[in-house]
Amino acid sequence: MMEPFDSDAGGAKLDLQSEPMILNIGPSHPATHTTLRFRTVLDGETILDLEPEFGYLHRGFEKESEAATWTQVIPYTDRLNYCSAMMNNVGYAMAVEKLCGIEVPERCQYIRVIISELSRIIDHMVCVGTNMVDIGALTNFWYFWKCREEVYKVLEELCGQRLTTTYTRIGGVMADVPEGWTDRVLAVCRGVIPEGIADVDRLLTRNRIFIERTMGVGGITPKEAIALGFTGPCLRATGVPLDLRKDHPYMVYDRFDFDVPVGEAGDTCDRYMVRMEEMRQSLRIIEQAVAGMPGGPVNVDDPRFILPPKEAVYENIEALMNHFKIIMEGIRVPAGEVYSATEAANGELGYYIVSKGGGGPWKIKVRPPCFPLFQGMPRLVKGHMIADLIAVLGSVNIIAGELDR
Amino acid sequence: MSRVLDKLAAVFGTEVVATHSDFGDDTALVRRDRIVEILVFLRDDPDLLFDFAMDLTGVDHYGEEPRFEVVYHLYSLEKKHRVRIKVRLPEDDPAVDSAVTVWPTLNWYEREAYDMYGIIFRGHPRLTRILMYEGFDGHPLRKDYPKEKRQPTIGPEE
Repeated sequence: MMEPFDSDAGGAKLDLQSEPMILNIGPSHPATHTTLRFRTVLDGETILDLEPEFGYLHRGFEKESEAATWTQVIPYTDRLNYCSAMMNNVGYAMAVEKLCGIEVPERCQYIRVIISELSRIIDHMVCVGTNMVDIGALTNFWYFWKCREEVYKVLEELCGQRLTTTYTRIGGVMADVPEGWTDRVLAVCRGVIPEGIADVDRLLTRNRIFIERTMGVGGITPKEAIALGFTGPCLRATGVPLDLRKDHPYMVYDRFDFDVPVGEAGDTCDRYMVRMEEMRQSLRIIEQAVAGMPGGPVNVDDPRFILPPKEAVYENIEALMNHFKIIMEGIRVPAGEVYSATEAANGELGYYIVSKGGGGPWKIKVRPPCFPLFQGMPRLVKGHMIADLIAVLGSVNIIAGELDR
Repeated sequence: MSRVLDKLAAVFGTEVVATHSDFGDDTALVRRDRIVEILVFLRDDPDLLFDFAMDLTGVDHYGEEPRFEVVYHLYSLEKKHRVRIKVRLPEDDPAVDSAVTVWPTLNWYEREAYDMYGIIFRGHPRLTRILMYEGFDGHPLRKDYPKEKRQPTIGPEE
């Protein structure tokens, strides 16, 4: 329900000499990409008021998790932000490991950094690519899709899946990287990705049409962005250099040399610029992570959390029992509560987990980065034109999977 | 005890029921009566400066009394620290003052906690369902709401 619109509000005279028009956009609309809906109040083409609506993709992630074991939750996390599923896997595994007091081996941490940064790159590519399609520049989309495809090939080698990866485990990862995998990662990161970024950069960054469509559109001040809970590229575009990888280094991010790009105006153009630069910084991190990746095991050496090797399960009773207990009852996690946050592609991805002991979570709350961003949409677009709504919506990158859970 | 919790306990005394720093997360359980005052203090005190409200959620401690809990996760951009504030609410009166005036971002979080747990946020500008539809019966994340329960599919509003 929308509050009745008061056309005399602020004493502003309507542009068109008629009643304001209410227009529904979505939930099934090409420019909303996922199942989002807006109720807009329009004066001609100017947005007087806007109410975002969501929940169309709500699938009860938290309710389902409460009935699952700790490990069974991992596939559900893929479906939160499906553009960068790996980062959800990593965030969840880190939260449970914090509760268990597990320190995963270094090799595992390096692998997690590499897959997180690859995911960040493809997430930004989806965001920028589709955003440009919405405002009429299709070519960039194809240039980025080519890179994304190459990254998916690399990720597929790791876990057999492209979108729904389920690659991490509590205390490690599903499997060590295949032979020669890091070389293929480097080949992608030195070849097709920088080429794609450079192509799009040449097409857009100094493009007059692009600048006129994005500069000064959907801007926000740092103060307002903080009050609204913005994080990630949308906050950094306003000039606030909050990046958990720098401010609270987790995994091994403190060992890498990279910059945190920030914008000034917090508008659509700055969000684009920040995302483009973050992709280049992610490439830097991957280069360093591959170079510094140590050998050794990828999983913690602890039979309470990690499944025994399959050969052992077939050959001796202890391993069989261990396997059975972990699969049927779940790993044992101590009682307590933790909040663990990682810097996902869209901002702070937080997991708040309550455990009462036992094989499954009592409660899992995900703090999806785009929840506050979507809430802030009216602030970003009020007073702009209806076409700007589409440009802004693409640039804040709302993913209904994590928004609705 | 951490600096944040020390300060909070020193200023609010008996309002702070319990504190812990398990797993490195500073946590304070406070009484619900002065929750808005406590949150404003956390936001504005020059030593604390919690300018971000990162998350708010409900928890159903089914079988315990008081049954419900509202959990705030705050973060300070300048001090780079976090704190978790919790309020316990009894089953027969699961209500707490809304903190939307302190951080506008909490608007939707409070609506979600209302939607999922039936927690009432007094003074909220528009406390309606957010993920579920109007007309949905019950609050799905309560532990006594069966996961298998199905409700009739509804059409668009008339």
